[in-house]
Amino acid sequence: MARYLLRRAGQAAFVLWAAFTVAYVLLQLLPGDSILIKFQNPELGLSPRQIEEIRAYYDGGASPLESYATTLLGFLRGGFGYSIDTGTPVVERLAEALPATAVLAGSGFLLAVLIAVVIAFAAGHSRTSWVRDALLAVPSLFVSVPVFWLGILLIQVFSFRLGLVPVIGGSALQQLVLPVLTLAVPIAAPIAQVLARSVDRVQAQAFVPVVAAKGASRWWILWRHVARNAALPALTVAGVTFGELIAGSVVTETVFGRNGIGRLTEQAVNAQDTPVMLAVVVLAAAVFVLVNLAVDVLFPVLDPRLRAVTG
Amino acid sequence: MSLLDIRDLAVSYGGRPAVRGISFRVEPKEVVALVGESGSGKSTTAHAVMGLLPPGGTVDGGRILLGDADLTSWSSRRMESVRGTRIGLVPQDPANSLNPVKTIGAQIGEVFRLHGRGDRRTIRRRVVELLARVGLSDPETRARQYPHELSGGMRQRVLIAIAIALEPQLIIADEPTSALDVTVQRRILDLIDDLRAEFGTAVLLVTHDLGVAAARSDRLVVMKDGLVEEEGPTSAVIADPRAGYTARLLDDAPALSARDFRTAEPGGRGPAVVVRDLVKEFRTGRRPFRAVDGVSFEVAAGTTHALVGESGSGKTTTARTVARFAEPTSGTVEIPGAGPGRLFRRHVQLVYQNPYGSLDPRQSIAEIVEEPLRNFRLGDRAARRTRVTELLERVALPRDVAGRRPRELSGGQRQRVAIARALAAGPEVLVLDEAVSALDVTVQAQILDLLERLQRDLGLTYLFISHDLAVVRQISHTISVMSEGRIVESGTTRQVFTDPCHPYTRELLAAIPEPVR
Repeated sequence: MARYLLRRAGQAAFVLWAAFTVAYVLLQLLPGDSILIKFQNPELGLSPRQIEEIRAYYDGGASPLESYATTLLGFLRGGFGYSIDTGTPVVERLAEALPATAVLAGSGFLLAVLIAVVIAFAAGHSRTSWVRDALLAVPSLFVSVPVFWLGILLIQVFSFRLGLVPVIGGSALQQLVLPVLTLAVPIAAPIAQVLARSVDRVQAQAFVPVVAAKGASRWWILWRHVARNAALPALTVAGVTFGELIAGSVVTETVFGRNGIGRLTEQAVNAQDTPVMLAVVVLAAAVFVLVNLAVDVLFPVLDPRLRAVTG
Repeated sequence: MSLLDIRDLAVSYGGRPAVRGISFRVEPKEVVALVGESGSGKSTTAHAVMGLLPPGGTVDGGRILLGDADLTSWSSRRMESVRGTRIGLVPQDPANSLNPVKTIGAQIGEVFRLHGRGDRRTIRRRVVELLARVGLSDPETRARQYPHELSGGMRQRVLIAIAIALEPQLIIADEPTSALDVTVQRRILDLIDDLRAEFGTAVLLVTHDLGVAAARSDRLVVMKDGLVEEEGPTSAVIADPRAGYTARLLDDAPALSARDFRTAEPGGRGPAVVVRDLVKEFRTGRRPFRAVDGVSFEVAAGTTHALVGESGSGKTTTARTVARFAEPTSGTVEIPGAGPGRLFRRHVQLVYQNPYGSLDPRQSIAEIVEEPLRNFRLGDRAARRTRVTELLERVALPRDVAGRRPRELSGGQRQRVAIARALAAGPEVLVLDEAVSALDVTVQAQILDLLERLQRDLGLTYLFISHDLAVVRQISHTISVMSEGRIVESGTTRQVFTDPCHPYTRELLAAIPEPVR
């Protein structure tokens, strides 16, 4: 088990480094740059020569490889550099934005899992075929709903028409409800699809009639026997879709005007604020890698057959 | 009053009848064997009694009386109180019949919990007692283990423990030993017999194996196409079958046939397969696992050599190495006349156990049989078509199957297609890996006849892999008995069957269920 963990941790470190490098190179290759965007403003009245001087001040005249090494070392020490746009340390900006996004993404994910479980198990329990078919059609519907549209629709219906949730002001909880719902719906869809198929597959296995022959009811079988077996494939998908939370939070936070990593990303992209963008990419990669590491560790816990292989 | 009284029971799947009005009874403490081939409705009947028909199955008519209660009128909630307490089930497939993510102890204890029998500590004690009762060593450890840590025979014992936990009056055993090796089968059937004597439980034994039914039951109910063909005391039915179908089943059952042994004519064409000191190791974890451990044998051209053994004996690995689907770790396989590389496949072909899995479901039968000809570029289109027709004729398939797909064919027909495909490129050696094991006895008898005829007509050499000694006795000239990767005994079929030297061979032979006729 220890060797398995060590290997997985090594893989995770490699993925993080690769994500950092690819993002770094791509950001360097982008046409235009943050300095132009910030200082070309005619109101500042800077001449092209002065802008060149500012650029040299920021670069420090280092070669591309040197600045890559400096940045990487900085990341390893936990220093992400300074935002070009605002001049504040990137770490500060991330720290400001992170809690709001963590709450949003965390609740969104939990809600998504809840929706998926309800759909999959209701479909698995139902013996009426049209109810089943209707339930199984829901994930496909969810998948095809664009996040921004759903967000706007929810605001329209719940805030403007029904007046249930205030658009401005309101408690922290009230402000959270609609964004979480917007974020959860598209993420729930793939998890629900895989879980429903997995529940079906497990219910067709030979051990299910044996449990029934002991005198178990359908709910008992579903919850105490099918659920844990069916969770494994869904867990993989849940891990992968976790990455989508970050992409989803960009749109959601913009639509609902919330502060957070998503909003920060949007601002950084507009300003071509390279250090901030790089830090966001690495943060997203780190979250993704950690979640999938957790999934890998959870697998043998759920399925004893995997313990021998990984030990 | 009978314990179980089935009257005019009719069951269908989506309008298609599976059981068409059958009646029989099971008296207390009696073993009734429900015998039939696949599709006879025997398993459907058993499931209907438990109220556990698969989705789409409905009881269309008749009554199922357990004591004086009519189960057909009961709600599913009420049926739950009967399952486990008054009727226990021993299922067919021990490998998949236990939940892989729960411990053995939890799965046995569940029966007590479901019916509210005893607190946590009593249940744990009862579980250990039961595990010991069904003959598992170290029951405390077993209770903590997971299904995948147990062998097939041990899992079947666990399933029996579940079935008898609440001492029901009736146990339904649905092909309880079909997936097990013969020696294990015997021990499991002995266990069921013992428990029946101890608890006075009646058993409804559902089986396709007339040998098992004859050796273990008080009464026989023979089913075919959803109807009861014959019913009566076992000894009477075996001695003097009244229905023609029962007589045919008895004739076709290889264990019961008293045919002569096959003997090879001396002065043949020399060996067609020579295996010397074959060793095959697999890397699993730290230490390599030796599946085949120094195996040597020869097969004379035009004869059948059988490799017999139980699961894990290394017989299939040996066969795969001979057919060059696996590289030997050391030792040699010589097949005189076989070409190098891909040409080897023109000389040696393999026929698998599962004809459905080995046929591409999207190809027509003609395309399947023609494929080897296309791969080896044998003949033009017209010549290939003629050859396909000839091959289908050779395996006695009607001409019109050529355009059909595998799923439209029966199991026996599919195995004929697999044989025709194997013959297409004109091989001299066929490796038959459990080629008749998945077939019903009447179909099995026909395929064995076909194989014998093809061998005579085409001078084929067979390497016949099987766990079934009765089948081997019928088809092979010479035999090697394998156990734990080694050959423990070899010789002509007559020698091995009439005068076995090795204790393991004797044990195997003694385990074949055979009634006295």
